Amino acid sequence: MKRLASLLLCLCIPLAWAGGDALPKIDIGKGGQCVEDTQWMRKNHMHVLKHQRDEVVHKGIREEKHSLKNCIECHASTKDHSVTARADSFCVACHSYEAVKIDCFECHSDKRKNAWLQRNAK
Amino acid sequence: MSESDLVRDLGRRNFFKTSLGVAALSIAPGFLLFDIAHGKAQPVSNKVRWGMLIDTAQCKEGCNDCVTACNKENGLPSVASATSVQWIRKIELKEASTGRQVSLPMMCQHCEHPPCVDVCPTGASFKREDGIVLVDRHRCIGCRYCMMACPYKARSFVHEPVTDQNPDVPRGKGCVESCTLCVHRIDVGLQPACAESCTNKAILFGDLNDPNSEISKKIRAVTSVQVRADLGLNTGVRYQGL
Repeated sequence: MKRLASLLLCLCIPLAWAGGDALPKIDIGKGGQCVEDTQWMRKNHMHVLKHQRDEVVHKGIREEKHSLKNCIECHASTKDHSVTARADSFCVACHSYEAVKIDCFECHSDKRKNAWLQRNAK
Repeated sequence: MSESDLVRDLGRRNFFKTSLGVAALSIAPGFLLFDIAHGKAQPVSNKVRWGMLIDTAQCKEGCNDCVTACNKENGLPSVASATSVQWIRKIELKEASTGRQVSLPMMCQHCEHPPCVDVCPTGASFKREDGIVLVDRHRCIGCRYCMMACPYKARSFVHEPVTDQNPDVPRGKGCVESCTLCVHRIDVGLQPACAESCTNKAILFGDLNDPNSEISKKIRAVTSVQVRADLGLNTGVRYQGL
């Protein structure tokens, strides 16, 4: 009887996982066609950003295509212009799901440039 | 697997290898063409050396426009506290024997041989090819050795958490920072915020390496000095009438 119960339990746990709304719900902002293939970006965006940051800071090559600013331009929420403000914001949704801390926004702005300009127009 | 199967399989494998090579070759020029079509940005070069000439005769005592413009452009606190950062500051000098007074802005002098770069243990402090001395915040550990090394007291440490940064000027707690000569503006062909904001046109910004630039012509014509020239740092910022 005990064995049967444990077997049932083992079967139930994955079922519960699969059945729940476990995948992150993401606000992709404007969205549209990404600069690279979407699946490739999911796996490699951190390498792209890391490469780009050294090119910009040390060599002054400010290519828009792979810049963090360009990511934010498309993917900041249309509601609050941010990629980190809410639990379903573009960066936060996946990163909290995967339990990976993002340090980018300790220094970098998480807002669209336009939104920042509007607030600081005075 | 029989011998004939093996031979056929190898043939197949070679076919795949060749076609992969051909595919790579035909894709690679595509990338090249993309770069040409979109104008791949070039790295900054040492053919340019950015610098400033500050005319102390034009700099008005009590005027703080350059400081205000710098704070606004770079998202620095507009109301200074004891621990807040300072990228540019106004100095009033008085010659004791004659009583002559001058007013001038002081900031990172963008040395050709910067002591801050010499002492940095992580390589965070560096000089860009075009002469701008910067801190790479990705590498800065906040040890503040560069602040000790700088003869101009140009650098500050960020003590407080920073919010609402200018998207073009990322900055945060735990790093040392200083005047970047508004590198984000220079890279898109604009002038530094202080030079643009100066109502008396006391700050002249330009390329010291170009003999035909306005700044080169002026430093050929008028007497200008580097602050602490005795240190042999060859600063990019020069002062007239000091």
